[in-house]
Amino acid sequence: MGKIALRNVSKSFGTTSIIPNIDLDIEDGEFVVFVGPSGCGKSTLLRLIAGLEDTSGGTISIDGRDVTNEAPAKRKLAMVFQSYALYPHMTVAKNIAFPLKMAGESQEVIDKKVGDAARVLNLTNYLDRRPGQLSGGQRQRVAIGRAIVRQPSAFLFDEPLSNLDAALRGTMRLEISELHNQLKTTMIYVTHDQVEAMTMADKIVVLNAGNIEQVGSPLDLYRSPKNLFVAGFIGSPKMNFVNGAAAAKHDAATVGIRPEHLRITSNSGEWRGKVGVAEHLGADTFLHVHTDDVGTINVRADGEIGVRHGDIVYLTPDPAKLHRFDADGKAL
Amino acid sequence: MARAVTNRHKTIATIAAWAVALVIFFPILYTIITSFKSEQEAIQGFSLIPSGTLESYAEVQSQYNYFKPFMNSVILALGSTLLALVVAIPAAWSMAFSPTKRTKDVLMWMLSTKMMPAVAVLFPIYLIFRNLGLLDSRIGMTVMLMLINLPIVIWMLYTYFREIPGEILEAARMDGATLWGEILYVLTPMAVPGIASTMLLNIILAWNEAFWTIRLTTTNAAPLTAFISSFSSPQGLFWAKLSAASTLAIAPILIMGWFSQKQLVRGLTFGAVK
Repeated sequence: MGKIALRNVSKSFGTTSIIPNIDLDIEDGEFVVFVGPSGCGKSTLLRLIAGLEDTSGGTISIDGRDVTNEAPAKRKLAMVFQSYALYPHMTVAKNIAFPLKMAGESQEVIDKKVGDAARVLNLTNYLDRRPGQLSGGQRQRVAIGRAIVRQPSAFLFDEPLSNLDAALRGTMRLEISELHNQLKTTMIYVTHDQVEAMTMADKIVVLNAGNIEQVGSPLDLYRSPKNLFVAGFIGSPKMNFVNGAAAAKHDAATVGIRPEHLRITSNSGEWRGKVGVAEHLGADTFLHVHTDDVGTINVRADGEIGVRHGDIVYLTPDPAKLHRFDADGKAL
Repeated sequence: MARAVTNRHKTIATIAAWAVALVIFFPILYTIITSFKSEQEAIQGFSLIPSGTLESYAEVQSQYNYFKPFMNSVILALGSTLLALVVAIPAAWSMAFSPTKRTKDVLMWMLSTKMMPAVAVLFPIYLIFRNLGLLDSRIGMTVMLMLINLPIVIWMLYTYFREIPGEILEAARMDGATLWGEILYVLTPMAVPGIASTMLLNIILAWNEAFWTIRLTTTNAAPLTAFISSFSSPQGLFWAKLSAASTLAIAPILIMGWFSQKQLVRGLTFGAVK
């Protein structure tokens, strides 16, 4: 079981408030991603749940048990760190066995569980090596191995993929999702990468300056962001924002339109503009269009579109996909 | 062309390094050479070739008790080092892993005590030692040497511990390790090289300490430094004997230093480059 509940949780360092006041429920077996720009408090929130930081107020409970003042070891959670945090003086086998040894398991049980974990993670041939002799991806797998042998009630991941190169990041993303499907254990995953958040999460928690801006499934957040921050943070390329007269026409202070929800034509449309940079990605083309009335607009167009730098084009937003915001940035 | 220049630079730098090393080492070398001379040869003037006689050593051995000051040196050096580690490890640990706003100030304050001239506190310390009955006692000297070197020991250990990533300790905590488990299985194995080189340096410093050992001891607790200085006796200077005694005094630490130089250099430069 791994149902985690936060009530009025706050954290401040000295007079600086990092997390003002947070309520959050994480259901058993859910894959929850905390996402936000750096310094938004997402790692702090994870460390509060882990018990590595003390709360300044509020309560944290796991499966209905109040763990606010319990030591990390007593919370039955496992954590995978950004730096992997492997024990450099121990072999891979000893690293994975460490939590079992601390729990006082017999050597027989330890050997079996380490063997199983190594098989799942493709580490069988590396059990006698030291962390220093492994690649980044292998190290991350050892860190995951160390986390799974204890059968914790939840896994905590603190930006586990940010030290890996792009290709490996994609593979490890899949492996972690696969692992979640197999184990069905609650996972809390912290990242600043909204692509990771969108692809892996059952539920995304968007954080900004210590506040929860919105909680929802990836598509919920994509389709109906509650405010300008979420609208701008979720989705790649970023949503275009238009103010002034063009927005007033739609009875809003700001309107937002995603690059993929703009129709591009060569003779007539709502906004006229000149193509600046055209990025051809093969399947898609990203166009940066300098319009006469509403500034630079990013457009996601078909990969085969025959538009080049300097061409005059007309853009028309899909009215059904238009996001309207009031003067405070709240969605209308 | 560039290669030739580099090679020439290298040769010049190597020769210069050897020259500087020789200049620094020369007094010690000359002491060792003189110790193999007779008293007559020793006062005759500068000569790098001794007759090779061992009479000075024999005399130092027979007339003076070398063994007692030697044992005192061992006891004071090892004792003060172990005592310093007992105090410094927890101190460095807490400053490295749960620093407060004042940690930097505390460290600077500790180091600043090393900048104070020892003579300034000679009288107060002497009086305290006299009143507590610690003059010429091994316990008093062990504590004294420990206190003298404590700032350096704490600084060195602090620098070492700072190199151990906090996340590894947090991982151990998450993995269910108790404070003792964390110290025993994770921290200590990772800090052993640092603790070892700190010990080594402190033993050398304590062995060589001459200001306090000469002033606060007479016979009972007198280490080799006091033993050597006792040779500047009223009967005049006996250079060969003095050299033999000095050689005997520095030999243990010189041999130890030679075998552990790699460890020492690593210890002293640790944290400087990363």
